[in-house]
Amino acid sequence: MSTLKYALFTGCTAKQSTPELLSSTLAVAEKLGIEITILEEASCCGASHLQDFDEFLAHVLNARNICYAEKLGMTMITICNTCQLNSAMTKHALDTNPELKARVNEKLAEVGLEYKGTSEIKHFLYALIDDYGLENIKDKVQVPLSQFNIAPFYGCHNIRPSELHHDANGGENPYNPTSLDRLIDALEGHPVDYSHKNKCCGFHVELQANHTSEVLAGNAMVDAIDNNADLMVTPCPLCHLKMDTYQDDVGKVIGRDIELPVLHMPQMVALALGCTPKEIGLNFHVQKATHLYPETA
Amino acid sequence: MSTQTEEFEPFNTDEIEVTRPDTVTVTLKTFRFNAETDYLPYYKQYTMEVGKDELMLDLLNRIKWEHDGSFSYRRSCRHGICGACGIKVNGKATLACKQNALELVALFGNELLIEPQSKKRAVKDMIIDKKDFWDKHAEVKPYVVADIDPHPEHETKQTIEEFNKFLDSDLCIQCGNCHYACPVVEVNEDYLGPAAFNAAYRFTVDTRDEAGKERLELTAQMGQGVWDCVKCYECAEACPKDINPIEKITKLHNMQFEQGVAKPNVATKHAEGFLRGMKKYGYLDEADIVAYSEGYLGMYKHLKTAIKMMKAGKIHWHSGIPFIDSVPKIKNLDEVQKLIEISQTNTL
Repeated sequence: MSTLKYALFTGCTAKQSTPELLSSTLAVAEKLGIEITILEEASCCGASHLQDFDEFLAHVLNARNICYAEKLGMTMITICNTCQLNSAMTKHALDTNPELKARVNEKLAEVGLEYKGTSEIKHFLYALIDDYGLENIKDKVQVPLSQFNIAPFYGCHNIRPSELHHDANGGENPYNPTSLDRLIDALEGHPVDYSHKNKCCGFHVELQANHTSEVLAGNAMVDAIDNNADLMVTPCPLCHLKMDTYQDDVGKVIGRDIELPVLHMPQMVALALGCTPKEIGLNFHVQKATHLYPETA
Repeated sequence: MSTQTEEFEPFNTDEIEVTRPDTVTVTLKTFRFNAETDYLPYYKQYTMEVGKDELMLDLLNRIKWEHDGSFSYRRSCRHGICGACGIKVNGKATLACKQNALELVALFGNELLIEPQSKKRAVKDMIIDKKDFWDKHAEVKPYVVADIDPHPEHETKQTIEEFNKFLDSDLCIQCGNCHYACPVVEVNEDYLGPAAFNAAYRFTVDTRDEAGKERLELTAQMGQGVWDCVKCYECAEACPKDINPIEKITKLHNMQFEQGVAKPNVATKHAEGFLRGMKKYGYLDEADIVAYSEGYLGMYKHLKTAIKMMKAGKIHWHSGIPFIDSVPKIKNLDEVQKLIEISQTNTL
């Protein structure tokens, strides 16, 4: 297989509150021989909130990010579902609306850039599954995850709206997503089947509608726990932040003790490929996985 | 047209194909409940051979006609316009008369779980009490509000451009699929929901209408309005008319700023505040956005979480002092600053 090369759009969280997401992504890439160029020029995607304030400005800024992947002639990969959604929405809007594309390019010209529409945008999860291949990952497993029941939590912005994501996520159906389940299976873990795997974690209204946010996160976590999950895994750092850092508060609102380590998708892959829990920053989690990995205490 | 008259031939029952090779055996695990007589709902299984052209509505009919005449569901037009037959199949919002049954078998397997749009609102089997939906829909005044001359001498015309502003919002059939797919509707009983927001958008952009500002003010309310949307896109997925209600929710957000309806509060500041970090670093400033949105007094709510995050290394020291200068800077930050300066159209 020829070497896979990607331009990595890190997003804000991997550069701030979830450094372990970035380090584990790079660790997986290194183990699998995937070449990654970090887009150090890329800014925040707006996370759908800037879009609420000023949709046009959000398109301009996202188009600028994509320009840098286009300059490298590479597919842009994301490691955050919300980065994926907002980048893909801008790409879709510009590729299907020549008038908007012209207006955006008029602004980009002021800083010497031009959006062309030549780079694909996909989440790292689907780069692993659809480009690298599950069979190839399977061959590289050194530490099978066979002792764990792992609850896949897909995160909304990788699977909905399905029409937008169809080409980038292998045609995943939002009502019955399978990619994370298949990945867990390839790493010899046991995927937990539970009905909230494709539901919302509530992160986006954490500040303005706290109760809603806590209940949504709680419903999902309790469902995973009741189906015997030892840990949860998600491709989205925002889902991770909601479910990891607010786990106590969520438990209080729901009325249940919740103790569930929430891993980033690349952390899980890295563990199976033989990285140590320390290397991939398991110690950076609020809800430690100490019962699974005592060395992270 | 054929000029030949075809002779009527009575059916010869011997010639009817008894085995149906084009069919698939499907088990419908069906939600049953009668609010008048049942203490709890239960599920009943109906197994049938399903052909490739059968719709979910055909299967509901067959449950009623072939298995149990008391099985109840709403249906009327049977071609996707009356909005009566919304149900959920394996959790998927479905308009029964528009959904091919074997497509769902391909997606979910040979056992389909047939449920009403909202189990807690069930009255009888698939029939639910949609009162909350209709009340919320009515609340946004889903009609043109205008002083209309009862004896007009000319038509009140719309140009193509004015009409195009509706986008696809006018196609809503009020089936309730998006409303009962929305997780916020389930948690927050004040929340107006995606269908009501779609209607609010539809009539607010109508140039003949005069209640736009009123609708924007209503949908700007915390708790009821668009700011409680969790951005899960369930509504976009649920709509049988492919309307994408969340697109209209984003438009309502934007219009609140454009028309000066948005007042500074935790939600509007959270949206506008993204630019603060982006102007300084290119990235969102995660600590600042919380402080700015909540106000420095409101920060106390997050103190415990901040301490937990700091202990875990999520708020970390290695790139500077937390809360003061810990955000890394992107390369070519000046481009982002310039683009914000020349492209920003809204203010708070």
